Amino acid sequence: MRPDELAARTRDFLTAHDPAALSRPDFLRARFDAGLAWVNFPRGLGGLDLPRALQPVVDAVLAEAGAPDNQPLRIGIGLGMAAPTILRHGTDEQRHRWLRPLWTGEELWCQLFSEPGAGSDLAALATRAVREGDGWVVTGQKVWTSMAHEARWAILIARSEPAAAKHAGLTYFACDMTAPGVEVRPLRQLTGEAEFNEVFLDGVRIPDAHRIGAAGEGWQIARTTLMNERVAIGGGPVPREDGMIGVVARDWRERPEVRTAAGRDTLLRLWVAAEAARLSAQRLREQLAAGQPGAEGSAVKYAYALLNQEIAGFGLELLGELGLRYDDWTMRRPAIVDWERRTPGYRYLRAKGNSIEGGTSEILCNIIAERVLGLPREVST
Amino acid sequence: MTSLLYSDVEDELRAAVRKVLADRSPWQAVLARVEGAEPYDTGLWRTLAAEVGCAGLPVPQERGGAGAGWREAAVVAEEFGRAVAPVPWLGCAQVTAALLACEDTALLGQVCAGELVAAFAVPLSTPLGAPPPAGVRADGDTITGTVTSVADALSADVLLVPTPDGLWQVSAADARLAAVTSLDLTRPLADISFDSAPATRLAGVERAWTASLTAGAVLLAAEQLGLAEWCLQTTVAYVKQRHQFGRAIGSFQAVKHRLAQLWVEVTQARAVARYAATCLTTDDPDTTVAAHLAQAHCGQVAVRAAEECVQLHGGIGFTWEHPAHLYLKRAKSDAIAFGTAAWHRAELGDILDLPAPD
Repeated sequence: MRPDELAARTRDFLTAHDPAALSRPDFLRARFDAGLAWVNFPRGLGGLDLPRALQPVVDAVLAEAGAPDNQPLRIGIGLGMAAPTILRHGTDEQRHRWLRPLWTGEELWCQLFSEPGAGSDLAALATRAVREGDGWVVTGQKVWTSMAHEARWAILIARSEPAAAKHAGLTYFACDMTAPGVEVRPLRQLTGEAEFNEVFLDGVRIPDAHRIGAAGEGWQIARTTLMNERVAIGGGPVPREDGMIGVVARDWRERPEVRTAAGRDTLLRLWVAAEAARLSAQRLREQLAAGQPGAEGSAVKYAYALLNQEIAGFGLELLGELGLRYDDWTMRRPAIVDWERRTPGYRYLRAKGNSIEGGTSEILCNIIAERVLGLPREVST
Repeated sequence: MTSLLYSDVEDELRAAVRKVLADRSPWQAVLARVEGAEPYDTGLWRTLAAEVGCAGLPVPQERGGAGAGWREAAVVAEEFGRAVAPVPWLGCAQVTAALLACEDTALLGQVCAGELVAAFAVPLSTPLGAPPPAGVRADGDTITGTVTSVADALSADVLLVPTPDGLWQVSAADARLAAVTSLDLTRPLADISFDSAPATRLAGVERAWTASLTAGAVLLAAEQLGLAEWCLQTTVAYVKQRHQFGRAIGSFQAVKHRLAQLWVEVTQARAVARYAATCLTTDDPDTTVAAHLAQAHCGQVAVRAAEECVQLHGGIGFTWEHPAHLYLKRAKSDAIAFGTAAWHRAELGDILDLPAPD
């Protein structure tokens, strides 16, 4: 399908489904059913079997008409991680049950991977899944789960075969977050708020129909999810000066009193680095449009983590006395990280998480070294 | 939005150039040549210009070129960087850009065809954004003065000389050239003096001057990318086969992480260099920013790649017999060519309205 044909199809859809006349969920459901949700997905599952690169054509027509979107930032875990995994490894029944409400945002998803004893070494996870009747009983503790308190579903990995080798005994599930035995507690972070949660699973029953992929193949499936996570974190479209650098550049332009010669060279060094990272993310998106995400996504994520931290640190010092003040240490549970409207102190502190969440920078370096450069693997237990 | 990826045609061009360079100019031959009487391989350059068509890529066919674009020229520049090839491509590219900005002359077609080798008579360190130098003056149809540290002049038949009042064509035979002992062994420089040398005025200087430095800066970024890729690839291969403490040194995280970080930087340099070449090809309004960005970024990556190459090769990397030093010298010299990274950052600050303190 050519871009102009897709645009025409989208306009036809708008004619039949006036966004002003329909409720938000009704409009989004209709958009999904018309195959205009994610055009690269199969027909019948919100897509039209088209290249991913054509999605902006649809989005532009809908945005111009003032149609509501599915708040992609709020449902990022579902879109970026759960959906590609369900599509690739789920059964037909699972795809039809989960993908539509996932995409419309009616059912939020979270991710139950990391544990207190299994961070970078994820395959060391200890949460147990025991086969019982026509289902599984899951017990254990998960951590660093954003949106767990609002989520209806979680993608979960648990150890189903304790006798098997470390990477072989894991199974991948969709866990109903409203099931008995699921307890969510906020995990307060160094910024003062709690974006994340601890999730305690105490004898949670999961029907076998909610297993994704074969028992024992959870590790291979999780790798798909993690690859997509790194792309989701590092690879979003960014116009020039739109990220953290834009905030600091604006401060520099608006506050002549903060300018120094050395500060200017630092600012421009960061500007150049931000632009290099932006262009390489753009190039990566072109590569993705042509194929599948690979380890290159790790490079973009790695670069942005470092860059955000450097820029945020510089931006804080740049403001001098103002940088000594923080806006609010109150414990809250935000759904979206709104770094742009907060103080430079918040940005500095929040950016410290960028090189830890979604794979530490050290692990990303291992991945690049081993999978891209082909260097020998670390000794693994 | 034009793609930052390589097209199939560009891949084919790259393969053709790489093969010629591998056959005719392996690093052993480059190393042997640098201390010989003929530091430039003009025969190789003529082959690349005449047979592969490298010199005329950005020139329209009706003006004697191949009718491709600067993007293709940048792909070739990557290969020259990868091979630290001792060919006068940079001078020819600068001359080509300057002549493209002028009325038609016979010289452009001759340079494209490889019949004449031409150099742009300015110091290699002349920064993009600086005004034309005043060291050479015209008097009627002769010029007099000196220019120092000129790249590719030693192999040139023709010199293109910018002065405050015009762009002049001078036969190299009418100038006095003195070879400089250059930091970069594979791109030796020359000091040039003109003593009432007969000269032909081709055009005013402004457009040709800007075009030449902009194209030079953009293509140099491509050379820096190719150079960095060679350093990374060679070092990765080495740490896989070099064993110490009973294991490949590439299995140590201290080594792996350095190379992973370098790979990230090279990936970024590729996007930046590609963006600059694309802007230059399409005459994008962002070309000046893209050129400064490319030189503020890619030069640093090339230097780091060459420095990592020396370090991670250990003792062998510090020897004359290993090619790493050829790349280190080219990289460091390139970091000064067309202005240092700090210069380009300051220029970007002016363009982007990020002002200096009062």
